Amino acid sequence: MARAVTTQRKIAFTALAWIIGLAIFFPILWTILTSFKTEATAIADPPVFFNFDWTLENYTVVQERSDYMRYLWNSVVLAVGSTIFGIIIAVPAAWSMAFVPGKRTKDVLMWMLSTKMLPAVGVLYPIRLILIELGILDSKGALIFILMMINLPIIIWMLYTYFREIPGEILEAARMDGATLKDEILYVLTPMAIPGIASTVLLNIILAWNEAFWTLTLTTVDAAPLTAFIASYSSPEGLFYAKLSAASTMAIAPILILGWFSQKQLVRGLTFGAVK
Amino acid sequence: MTRTLRALMGATALTAAGFALAAQAETITIATVNNGDMIRMQGLTSHFTDMHPDIEVEWVTLEENVLRQNVTTDIATGGGQYDVITIGTYEVPIWGANDWLLSLDDLGDEYNVDDLLPAVRGGLTVDGTLYASPFYGESSMVMYRTDLMEAAGLEMPDEPSWEFIREAAAAMTDRENEIYGICLRGKAGWGENMAFLTAMGNSFGARWFDMDWRPQFDSEAWHNTLTFYIDMMNEYGPPGASNNGFNENLALFQTGKCGMWIDATVAASFVTNPDDSDVADSVGFALAPDNGLGRRGNWLWAWNLAIPASSDAPEAAREFIAWATGPGYTELVASEEGWANVPPGTRTSLYENQEYLDAAPFAEMTLRSMQAADPTNPAVDPVPYTGVQFVAIPEFAGLGTEVGQLFSAALAGQMSADEALEQAQELATEEMEAAGY
Amino acid sequence: MATQHSRSAARLMMSPAVFLLLVWMLVPLIMTLWFSTLDYRPMRGTFDCCEGLGNYSRFVTSSAFLDSIVATLQLVGGVLVITVVGGVLLAILLDQPIWGQGVVRILVIAPFFVMPTVSALVWKNMFMNPVNGLFAHLFKGLGLQPVDWLSQYPMFSIILIVSWQWLPFATLILLTAIQSLDSEQLEAAEMDGAGPLSRFGHIILPHLARSITVVVLIQTIFLLSIFAEIYVTTSGAFGTRTLTYLVYQRVIESQNVGLGSAGGIIAVILANIVALVLMRVVGKNLDA
Repeated sequence: MARAVTTQRKIAFTALAWIIGLAIFFPILWTILTSFKTEATAIADPPVFFNFDWTLENYTVVQERSDYMRYLWNSVVLAVGSTIFGIIIAVPAAWSMAFVPGKRTKDVLMWMLSTKMLPAVGVLYPIRLILIELGILDSKGALIFILMMINLPIIIWMLYTYFREIPGEILEAARMDGATLKDEILYVLTPMAIPGIASTVLLNIILAWNEAFWTLTLTTVDAAPLTAFIASYSSPEGLFYAKLSAASTMAIAPILILGWFSQKQLVRGLTFGAVK
Repeated sequence: MTRTLRALMGATALTAAGFALAAQAETITIATVNNGDMIRMQGLTSHFTDMHPDIEVEWVTLEENVLRQNVTTDIATGGGQYDVITIGTYEVPIWGANDWLLSLDDLGDEYNVDDLLPAVRGGLTVDGTLYASPFYGESSMVMYRTDLMEAAGLEMPDEPSWEFIREAAAAMTDRENEIYGICLRGKAGWGENMAFLTAMGNSFGARWFDMDWRPQFDSEAWHNTLTFYIDMMNEYGPPGASNNGFNENLALFQTGKCGMWIDATVAASFVTNPDDSDVADSVGFALAPDNGLGRRGNWLWAWNLAIPASSDAPEAAREFIAWATGPGYTELVASEEGWANVPPGTRTSLYENQEYLDAAPFAEMTLRSMQAADPTNPAVDPVPYTGVQFVAIPEFAGLGTEVGQLFSAALAGQMSADEALEQAQELATEEMEAAGY
Repeated sequence: MATQHSRSAARLMMSPAVFLLLVWMLVPLIMTLWFSTLDYRPMRGTFDCCEGLGNYSRFVTSSAFLDSIVATLQLVGGVLVITVVGGVLLAILLDQPIWGQGVVRILVIAPFFVMPTVSALVWKNMFMNPVNGLFAHLFKGLGLQPVDWLSQYPMFSIILIVSWQWLPFATLILLTAIQSLDSEQLEAAEMDGAGPLSRFGHIILPHLARSITVVVLIQTIFLLSIFAEIYVTTSGAFGTRTLTYLVYQRVIESQNVGLGSAGGIIAVILANIVALVLMRVVGKNLDA
């Protein structure tokens, strides 16, 4: 009896969850489907779902017009580069705030978060003028630095909340056993911190990949990532749904695939004070 | 650093192959709009680089608004990221006067500057110096469906009046079958709905400013313009018109959902191209409508190539502009893609070319429309500014877009036409005072 | 417990981050403050001292300012309500034993990976377009008049688009929190005859309080600077001009850098007031 009820419940919940999941995913699915249609099929009424003549034409057109690989490479360099440098700076900071908290730790954290509040466009002119002065406009280095800085507060905070979940007793025990600070970090903390760092890395890559203000206003050729690529397809002349879909699919596919493969890691680190 | 590295690697490779010239290779960065004609130009780049093996070309193709934003910021801060920029007739006189553009007076004999259409050339010249070279020019005109017109038992005159347009729109509208009599721009923006409405206002006797730079939105003429536009669109326009710009309307017209569309003359080659358009063989053209006041509701615009003063390769840039906007380019496009696809509206010689006239049924109407526009004297009453569908002052882009948002909201039914005009008047007065007029 | 030694080591480890963030914050901020007192209009070629507080009073007294505050509050508030309520419900649902849980979770979090520009373009053109959009086809199929989303319900449409992007984030964090909930506690409550509603109100919700405040805090920071979604869809028309967008219009479209900089400073001040209030709340929750 009890089992029947649970099975029924499970069926109901499964159905509900799948319906909601598919509804949320539908816009992405529809974009991918549309990218394989001709422009005329793309706006057909009633809409067609799977029974159309699949074509790769849109991808060929897009690739002919813009060198996708160059934009993709720039996106990868910017996202990965800013993440690596960000992590190198954030891990020590978060570690010390989590394990050697002072009276002001919380204030420092909040101040860090507040640096994200300045509207980007308000400081566009200052930042541009500085980059021009330094001669590094449209350089990957400058973009890596900027993307690192805008995400740094979030990654420090995320790491901080994760590190705080690591019980301090373990450290004390290690210290009793005569472990030095170096040992403590290398053999005790690092293994426990890996999941948190991994998910922070993923989140930062996603945020950097999708950043669309600075990457669009400070780049032309050498550093232009996929956000600039998509800006040349946003509303061209004539029918453009299918080509827009192809360009969109190309812009989001790499990060979508990365996200799906790593979603377990991503979830594991997103504790943000969940425990307790 | 990457640039140096790339140059070094390139030089090494080529020296190994025995080309000593390679070290002089110059790269020019060209910023352009993602319009069909520019994309075609991008596709033909190899013809240019074959002639100039010492010049490398990098393309930055962006959507119009993003491009304008990036180019404007770059030029205002002296960033020097571009060697050739694509800018409109609105920017050229302002930027030229600021010495932000290099003079293009010496593009060579082959370029034949006297062949340029006088109205277009005049708009790109400041104090006798040409600051930009037109790539393609356009006016606006009525494009209509001949089949629907016939079914409605009407005949489109070459020079229709606004009253006739409204009548025809009423006769063609068939909401059941998603056919809307009239498609017009409604999306907010100085280059979107305000381009259309400012030009339309000219034919209604409206103007932006009087001779003392006082905004004129409180005039009877503006009231008539806006109420006529809104009433007609509400009754015979497509749903969601307040979000439709050029591209949206083009898509509507090509799929057979518009009876008439008053917009850029360049659209003519898209709507008559059977590859993209369902209605290619039943499109007719007429001049933009008037109200018997001596001005038609058509504009004058050109997309031009210019060299920012901050360019580090001005000579190579000049070579490129002379190539892309010279008579030779027209021939090249004609031989590669056919006469109907050559960039229109810049040169007199094109409209004397029988091959072009045969291939482009819209050529005559385009030329007549362009000749009917007078940027130095656009309105019925005298005005202190130049520009048919814009006002060539730096404040206009911002002000035009804000007023455009009010008019767009009025079209969407969120406020009345008079409320929109009242707020526009207030806004413009405030803005002009702050700008020191 | 912390020794003097580890304390100074800690300070040393924090210093790069603190130093960089200080520079990153102060240099542009000071330049913006300076610009905000100038008549700086590149298109006019002006770069003149001294407007004093003129730019500030112009920015604040313009009728667009109050409207933009209202629009900002609507946008941020709307998205927060939808993502938090939706996130809690979804998290509870995904915590139930269901078949294909992993796949459903992948489907639900996917929108978070989509670039804001792309999602705005897709929603605007392929769904909300009143003629060729999917919603229009759907409405026509049901014999209804297609809705012109972006001009009839502009703010609602933008809230919908942004919520779609941020719902996965809220769901993920809240799901992590729910999974850490002691299941024995819930079972015990069930034994005691507590219905689903009272279990939710007395056990689940209090347990989630902290995660909810974290979601609210992080999302608020990102939502205050929403730009691409408005730019692509309505360009600030129909009452969707938020404070960030207003500053953008002043700086880029009007090319009035002085006025825009003043707007930027005002935006920072307001954002920090909001942040302070939030942090009071969150801070309490974090200490608990």
